[in-house]
Amino acid sequence: MSEASLPHLSAVVVAERANATDAIVAHDLRFSYGAHEVLRGVSFSISKGEIFCFLGPNGSGKTTLFKLLSTLATPPRGTLSVLGQDLREASRGLRRSLGVVFQKPAIDTKLTVLENLRCHGYLYGLHGLRLQERAQAMVELLDLRQYATARVHTLSGGFQRRVELAKALLHEPEILVLDEPSSGLDPGARRDFFNYLLKLRASRGVTVVLTTHHMDEAERCDRVAVLHHGRMVAVAPAAELKQRIGGDVVVVRGAHPEMLWQRLKQRLACPVALIDGTLRLEAPRGYLLVAQIVEAFGEEIESVSFGKPTLEDVFVQLTGQRFFGAGAETDQP
Amino acid sequence: MTELGLQIWSLWQRELKRFARQRSRLIGALLQPVVFWLLLGAGLGGAFRPTGAAARMTYMEYFYPGVIVLVLLFTAIFSTISTIEDRREGFLQGVVVAPISPAVIVLGQALGSTTLALCEGSVFLALAPAAGISLTPAGILATTATMTLIAFALTGLGLALAWRMESTQGFHAIMNLILIPIWLLSGAFFPSVGVPGWLRAVMSVNPLTYAMELLRKSLYLQSLHLDVGSGQTGLAIGVTVAFSLLTVTLAISVARRGLPAS
Repeated sequence: MSEASLPHLSAVVVAERANATDAIVAHDLRFSYGAHEVLRGVSFSISKGEIFCFLGPNGSGKTTLFKLLSTLATPPRGTLSVLGQDLREASRGLRRSLGVVFQKPAIDTKLTVLENLRCHGYLYGLHGLRLQERAQAMVELLDLRQYATARVHTLSGGFQRRVELAKALLHEPEILVLDEPSSGLDPGARRDFFNYLLKLRASRGVTVVLTTHHMDEAERCDRVAVLHHGRMVAVAPAAELKQRIGGDVVVVRGAHPEMLWQRLKQRLACPVALIDGTLRLEAPRGYLLVAQIVEAFGEEIESVSFGKPTLEDVFVQLTGQRFFGAGAETDQP
Repeated sequence: MTELGLQIWSLWQRELKRFARQRSRLIGALLQPVVFWLLLGAGLGGAFRPTGAAARMTYMEYFYPGVIVLVLLFTAIFSTISTIEDRREGFLQGVVVAPISPAVIVLGQALGSTTLALCEGSVFLALAPAAGISLTPAGILATTATMTLIAFALTGLGLALAWRMESTQGFHAIMNLILIPIWLLSGAFFPSVGVPGWLRAVMSVNPLTYAMELLRKSLYLQSLHLDVGSGQTGLAIGVTVAFSLLTVTLAISVARRGLPAS
């Protein structure tokens, strides 16, 4: 489905296009904090069983998007439907089909793992034997058995995140919405956490929607939506996004980037971009350029790197800004 | 219906578990009022020359019901602060996106806090003989019922003020500006007899004054034969019940507006 064409469609058409395979359909979502517009017309559709991620630096609007998806806030403009229902109404039934993992911990660290799960289970209408079974199943699924009766504050960050996930999955939601689920985790724990998401999708077909600013996490999702200053600048599988950059990426750093930029432009046939003090070139067979550049400007260069395009390169190409450094604005006022 | 009950129960028992695991809270809400009672009771005893109903009382005895309300107030304040912490730490956001109504959340919090206040109040009630008050079974029953109403009202007030509040500092300011003066001007600390007219006027529009009066009557109750017929008791019960319903309703309507944007 081509999201690029969505902004031109009316909400009614979008609703008609929404079919049984869509988990979430959004059209022209807008949101402002006072005069500060954080979402400027975002449209997308997410299929059932998909692992979909919103990638963007701080201030891109992804946390606001999460707030809308998790029913913490309602969109003042645009339509957002989940499983064919308008999320604006946020009916109880609809909320029951969502599992939410917040960036900030939403578990009570003074309670044990099982106490947290039970407390949450009651709120979602589970009780008795069914609640016991579900809590036990979650503890098994997320390998928390030996910590089941430990108070949460005694667990490591990675385990606490797993308890969050257990809590969000307890009531068997069809859609899991996560805001920066791996923030504060080391790369190993981040990989582990994502493996649980893959396991979930494989075993029960859960749709996973997450926000992240970790490239490695985004790479593992089925599709990536790149957010920049409240707009969605691209949406596609990570591999496809990277293919759009023709060839290799060469990045040159030097003490005087402006001067080096001028001289490189004169010397080389391919376009050179100066972005936040680094020089970037995209060209097929970029390794040939490396030798050429080092030979000609060896003295002025601090480093030259060469590689296949990464998602960060995609972001740079789409926005003209580096990923970390683009976050001049914050998500909240 | 059972589902609703279990949802409220879930939040109620969480409040209790948290409280039991924070011993400083347990002691803080009880010990400080007791110290106030002993120090002020001893210090002001000589200067206390009341007229009217309290004429033959020591100040320790007069002040005792006031300190019961202070224990309830402090427990309510501690619970309210823990609600602000719940929001800051993130627990509340998980509750807000659950398929439950804001009324359920507020009732769970208010009932949890009321239970705690009642426990603390009951511990303090055991000191009644030291104040020179001999409790009858009827008195204990009526006092417990009154304490429940007062605790519910004060928690409701605290929650209404704190639900959307950004920081505990802000709440401390509100506490000093609203909650403590309401207590001071309820007849807890000094009787309304013999005070300047403007002060008596303020005390007579303070709902806690009526709750205080109901508590005094309950403490000295000899049998369960309530003289509801006598206008004063009826008014005291009416105002106290209305006060608790009003504050909790107010807290629910504040909670309906959701969490603050950031």
